[in-house]
Amino acid sequence: MARALINVPGQARRGEIIEIKTLISHVMETGHRRTEAGAPIARDIIRQFVCTYNGAEVFRADLHPAIAANPFLVFSTVATESGTLTFTWTGDNGFSVTESAAITVS
Amino acid sequence: MRLVGAALFGIVVVAASAPAGEIPLGERRAGYDFMSRETRAMQDDDTANPGMLWVLEGESLWGRKVGAAGRACADCHGDARTSMKGVAARHPAFDAGMGRPVNLEQRINRCRVDRQQAPRLAWEGRDLLALAAFVARQSRGMPINRVVDPRMQAFVDAGRATFYRRQGQLNLACSQCHDDHWGRRLAGNVIPQGHPTGYPLYRLEWQGLGSLQRRLRNCMVGMRAEPYEYGGREFVDLEVFLMWRARGMTIDSPAVRP
Repeated sequence: MARALINVPGQARRGEIIEIKTLISHVMETGHRRTEAGAPIARDIIRQFVCTYNGAEVFRADLHPAIAANPFLVFSTVATESGTLTFTWTGDNGFSVTESAAITVS
Repeated sequence: MRLVGAALFGIVVVAASAPAGEIPLGERRAGYDFMSRETRAMQDDDTANPGMLWVLEGESLWGRKVGAAGRACADCHGDARTSMKGVAARHPAFDAGMGRPVNLEQRINRCRVDRQQAPRLAWEGRDLLALAAFVARQSRGMPINRVVDPRMQAFVDAGRATFYRRQGQLNLACSQCHDDHWGRRLAGNVIPQGHPTGYPLYRLEWQGLGSLQRRLRNCMVGMRAEPYEYGGREFVDLEVFLMWRARGMTIDSPAVRP
């Protein structure tokens, strides 16, 4: 299951600073833990998050093993024009999820 | 030795302090009231509350046809927003077929097996938690049922007996923390009153969603007692009692707790 919750204001005034919240379902297995039998549990984390606004990158984050499961990222950008915000999470084991949200700027 | 002596002395002091008895109705507080501002904010915002990931998953499972009967939950129950409203506020509820109460997870599995003719979902498995979270979400803001079905009285009493029974190597009863010492601290954590208003809930310590029975197991392991089995009658009776104890309080599922 890879589900993401995204909160982007649907409408904004030009030049307004908007807050964007993203939450994604992911175990964020650190790679430092072992099973009860002592076998190491392989690392399985999201390594990178990128947000683009009409194709231009506005936010990027590298994620690390100490980050909790189901990472919640909040950041802001300036509403410049109507269009689409695209969010991409990529990680171990070929993990890749892309979501998008529309925004109308007046 | 000195450490062991101090630990034993501490236990004796706890055991010797007078029980405060049941919490008066007006003094009851949900776990939410003991949380930090940040954790409350996480619960209150549906786009920050990680429990909503399970609710969304449950919503898609609600409409999926499964089992030999080829039926989805929605085929019988329709729109959960109306049909499941208040359901979590009145479970565990008496099941005439079994002659005893069943909790929300057991009710979902009864439907799975009897109506959908699909295999039972595993306790604490992703699908069962997701469906339970989706159903419980429809009762958010509603008061926990105050009326006791007369057939349930015996099970309320059985749950109450478990709540007040000392058990485990530490010889502790649930009531010693949650009736007598709520609001005080157990190591760094505030002891809540133990009202099950928000289950299934997202516990930061678990980094995941879990049922009330998972939480009860944590407490039992903490008092060094052997936990009951998932779905065991002792656990369900205890759930019945806890819901009775929280009667009239507001459902806030999916809650977030530290």
